[in-house]
Amino acid sequence: MNWGSLDSFLAMGGYGFYVWGSYALSALVLIAEITVLRRRHRTLRRGASPSAQQPDSNP
Amino acid sequence: MAINWFKYASPQTFYPLAGRMIPLFAVLAAGLGVAGLYIGFFVAPTDFQQGEVYRIIFIHVAAAWMSMFIYLVMAGWAALGLVLNTRLSSMMASALAPTGALMTFIALWTGSLWGKPTWGTWWAWDARMTSELILLFLYIGFMALQASIDDARRADKAGAIIALVGAVNVPIIYFSVKWWNTLHQGASVSIGRAPSMANTMLLGMLLMALAFWMYTIVAALMRVRSIILERERNAQWVRELTTGAPA
Repeated sequence: MNWGSLDSFLAMGGYGFYVWGSYALSALVLIAEITVLRRRHRTLRRGASPSAQQPDSNP
Repeated sequence: MAINWFKYASPQTFYPLAGRMIPLFAVLAAGLGVAGLYIGFFVAPTDFQQGEVYRIIFIHVAAAWMSMFIYLVMAGWAALGLVLNTRLSSMMASALAPTGALMTFIALWTGSLWGKPTWGTWWAWDARMTSELILLFLYIGFMALQASIDDARRADKAGAIIALVGAVNVPIIYFSVKWWNTLHQGASVSIGRAPSMANTMLLGMLLMALAFWMYTIVAALMRVRSIILERERNAQWVRELTTGAPA
């Protein structure tokens, strides 16, 4: 175990900004990608074109 | 070898197969990610030279490896699509590009945040960093070119040319730290040589790299499913899927 307390864990030996800045942005990017992909697929399954240029509309 | 692989080369049969594979790889990605982060933060010791800031390595190296690996896989699929004229291969290439670009971006971003406290600079135009930046531009160029061509099959062919020509950049990135004098350090892990790092550090790094790999499969399969629905929207089975019974 490397950390005596939550504070020392968050401080990362004084490098908290760099370490957590790296991990936070990476997590954000990956979560955003999956969110966008799920939304895109759901829209397509509903029969709508995401580019909204499908010529035939349902009567 | 009872599996008929060509059966799965059809978008119609691959679509449901990909749907079944996604949860499996998602579980693997999450499991490996949790294990990698646990080892990275709680088991791997503090680096005697760099202190705690080295812990960026667990995402930096994983993302950097994937950024190069995805490009090669993408170029491979693109080449297959070009040679065999299989639609699904080209769709796989298109599905990998955005995730590859994101991995490249993560590698550059975490490298910058690591460089500032250890080298005193966010960025340097050294061979490793410059070639990795070119990789990002290659991904963006591939996507922009494909987006600019209306005809999907022509877009596939044009994209394949960029993907194949750009592939020469990958060995340049990989060997840049050997070929040139770079600010970036040399490889800590390479084939045929004992790794120059603690075992637990190495284990955390490998687990995170595997987690990113599994994540990439999930993202690419999700994206290829959407691409299939978009491109085959006039096919009977897609019409039935999207306007028929709700999934």
